[in-house]
Amino acid sequence: MIKGFKETTLSNGLKVMLKEIHTAPLISSWIWYRVGSRDEVTGKTGISHWTEHMQFKGTKKFPASILDKSISRDGGTWNAFTYLDWTTYYETMPADKIDLALRLESDRMMNSAFNEKEVNSERTVIISEREGHENEPLFKLSEAVQQAAFRVHPYHHEVIGDMADLRSMDRSDLYNHYRSYYVPNNAVLAVAGDFETASMLKRVRGLFGRIPAGDTPKRLTRVEPEQNGEIRLTVEGPGETTFLEVVYRVPPASHPDFFHLFVLDSLLAGPSNLNMFGGGISNKTSRLYRALVDQEYAVSISGGAAATVDPYLYSFTITVHPNRKPEETLAALDNEIQKVQDELVSEQEVARAIKQARAIFAYGSENITNQGFWLGYAEMFANYHWFQSFLRNLAKVTTRDVQRVARQYFQSSSRVVGIYLPEGKTN
Amino acid sequence: MTARQKSASPPSNAKARKNSLPGPDDIHREVLSNGVIVLTRPNFDSPSVSVNGYLFAGSLTDPDEKLGLSDFTAAALMRGTHKRSFDAIYNELESVGASIGFDSLTHTTSYGGRCLVEDLGLVLELLAEILQYPTFPDTEVEKLRAQLLTGLAIRAQDTGDMASLTFDKIIFDGHPYARPGDGYPETIQAITRDDLVDFHRRYYGTKGMVIAVVGAVEPAKVVAEVERTLGAWKSADQQEPPGLPSHKPLTKTVQEHYKIAGKSQSDLVIGVVGPKRKDPEYMATSLGNSILGQFGLMGRIGDVVREKSGLAYYAHSSLSPGIGPGAWEVNAGVNPTNVKKATDLIVKELDRFVKRGVTAEELADNQANYIGRLPLSLESNGGVAGALINIERYDLGLDYYRRYADLVKSVNRDEILKVAKKYISPDKLAIAVAGP
Repeated sequence: MIKGFKETTLSNGLKVMLKEIHTAPLISSWIWYRVGSRDEVTGKTGISHWTEHMQFKGTKKFPASILDKSISRDGGTWNAFTYLDWTTYYETMPADKIDLALRLESDRMMNSAFNEKEVNSERTVIISEREGHENEPLFKLSEAVQQAAFRVHPYHHEVIGDMADLRSMDRSDLYNHYRSYYVPNNAVLAVAGDFETASMLKRVRGLFGRIPAGDTPKRLTRVEPEQNGEIRLTVEGPGETTFLEVVYRVPPASHPDFFHLFVLDSLLAGPSNLNMFGGGISNKTSRLYRALVDQEYAVSISGGAAATVDPYLYSFTITVHPNRKPEETLAALDNEIQKVQDELVSEQEVARAIKQARAIFAYGSENITNQGFWLGYAEMFANYHWFQSFLRNLAKVTTRDVQRVARQYFQSSSRVVGIYLPEGKTN
Repeated sequence: MTARQKSASPPSNAKARKNSLPGPDDIHREVLSNGVIVLTRPNFDSPSVSVNGYLFAGSLTDPDEKLGLSDFTAAALMRGTHKRSFDAIYNELESVGASIGFDSLTHTTSYGGRCLVEDLGLVLELLAEILQYPTFPDTEVEKLRAQLLTGLAIRAQDTGDMASLTFDKIIFDGHPYARPGDGYPETIQAITRDDLVDFHRRYYGTKGMVIAVVGAVEPAKVVAEVERTLGAWKSADQQEPPGLPSHKPLTKTVQEHYKIAGKSQSDLVIGVVGPKRKDPEYMATSLGNSILGQFGLMGRIGDVVREKSGLAYYAHSSLSPGIGPGAWEVNAGVNPTNVKKATDLIVKELDRFVKRGVTAEELADNQANYIGRLPLSLESNGGVAGALINIERYDLGLDYYRRYADLVKSVNRDEILKVAKKYISPDKLAIAVAGP
């Protein structure tokens, strides 16, 4: 069962979070860096994600070929993710093999080679990754919407970056980015699983404690000015299906209104699953499913907000019913939003949203990797206390709170409406 | 979010249960008087319960002109029962954060559910009601039809889906496995409500039905709950599942290109027909496939196509053995101008694999990986339920996961070379491309 939890900061500034869980002989180790696509300037978009790829190309001590085999041979699984505000690397291993992961992460915090040849071969891999995304209508739509929503704030581009920059960046750009952001005082190490805290902490100190601190990198922050009036855009492309994406500006995860919006989201579009591992539940009795899908304005609807450092977006993604025009579907959506703004929701609906969140958290807790994920993830936009008190904070949300945030944030004058219009569709 | 992959003396002081693998001493198996097979294994570390299972209703029996019938039926089950409407069913489930879902496959329809432990009774009651008494209301069937048709329109634009579909048509030419279980727009249009009712009456029943329940519940309680909810189901009309014809092997390499305009990437599938899950050489084939296109960053294929040539973000191989033989295929997503280059590299790798087999080091690495990763695949209730289903579906024995390490270790290089030669002829491949 879940026992010890330890949080400490080493003298070089590395924050360490440890959580003992003894349900399975596994340990999950995560290292988080405060760097993501929002730290990228024009000409360098996609550099954080590309850097993440280069971290798998090896160090002197762990050349690429050995690195990959060692983790797999020991029955481990590993991967890395880059997002708006952060980059993270994890390994989940049989408990007696975790040392390999810790040695590897401490080594590649400063010793990655960024070999020129590897930089160029990875360039085409990432271009291929972007081409795969571009095959998807929803990627094209969401890229256009995101860019329209952020003219000033660096949240304006996709994590993968623009093709022009992927073609032009070079080894020195990537290496400089790596050395600036990959310093212990810009990182959080989170380990969860079947270990004993004192000996784990000793090992972590031994491996990470001597890595020198660097200058704490400044984050790129350009505040997005107020939006005055709805923005509408269309993207055209192949296919027969019309999609709608509607986004509203919402506060960051550390803001108290995030919880109120979470309940509102649950009522409107069904409960969002914040876990990275462990599935969610369906949304067929949410207000928007009933009003849009059941009434045949749409074929599917989903909604949700990401947990971010700066104000970002709540977005609805809708597959328009083949017999409807997107304007009709949008009007049906607006009608439901108007309802939550005009009429108080019932207490029952709020209670239900809380039970749903409790279930989703319970499903996520079965998974050691997911538990390791939360330890560090919450630190990237708030702190671990945010996660621990999530359900308690949700329980405080009232029907009036839900109405207030619906009125305050779901304003059409500050939203972006994106429509994917299929070229093959004859109206 | 964008990810890398689509996929010493340690400071550990392992306190977790030593034997965390399921085995005869902690798996409970019972057959109810109507034939339902119940499998359960308690896990009191978790506040939730997973329910998984299957019954013998699949797309194999779909008439060509009504292809998608089994899929449509499974999708329509939850649209209403004799007691509850679609909305009422989901209201019960979603109000407590629970879920139930059905998925039609070729031979079987599988189902899964999840809930907090206090709601297990409710989930089993609903599951039993949905399985036995679906009413397929007309209006709901029509709504669902529009949704299925939209799904097919989206499929027609998906290079990965269309490459797979084209590939299956080549390797299983003339065999029922060549057909997509979700049908085509015209076959979905041809299916009536009566067809759904009739399909359900013929193929849904307790003969051969399996249910696995894993979570914080005592086995006796699980059996009693399944007996209470499903024990009275009599399905006298249930028909036997059909037999499976054999497939015609390819006599030469066949290549087809499915055109989808306006795409920036093509999907490529290259492969052959592999073994059945119950074939004795399954483990050797599985390890061989892992070396070929799974291990680490996707084995030899990933190394050649992605790491060395930078041609693709994803390039890997997979094996999908089931009740019948499944495809053994290599998949890659590449720029349309690189299709030929990637194809040549992959065929060359397959040729090397068949001629020279694998090295002792590769085999040892992959065996260690298979054994080492087992606890990770079994950490969640869903993972264990899946393992119990696997044991039952393929007669693996309740001690399978305890014997697993020995089974993996017993495979040698010669066996892998033998299965490689048996299944893969580099001059008799199916090559399917979908893209511009």
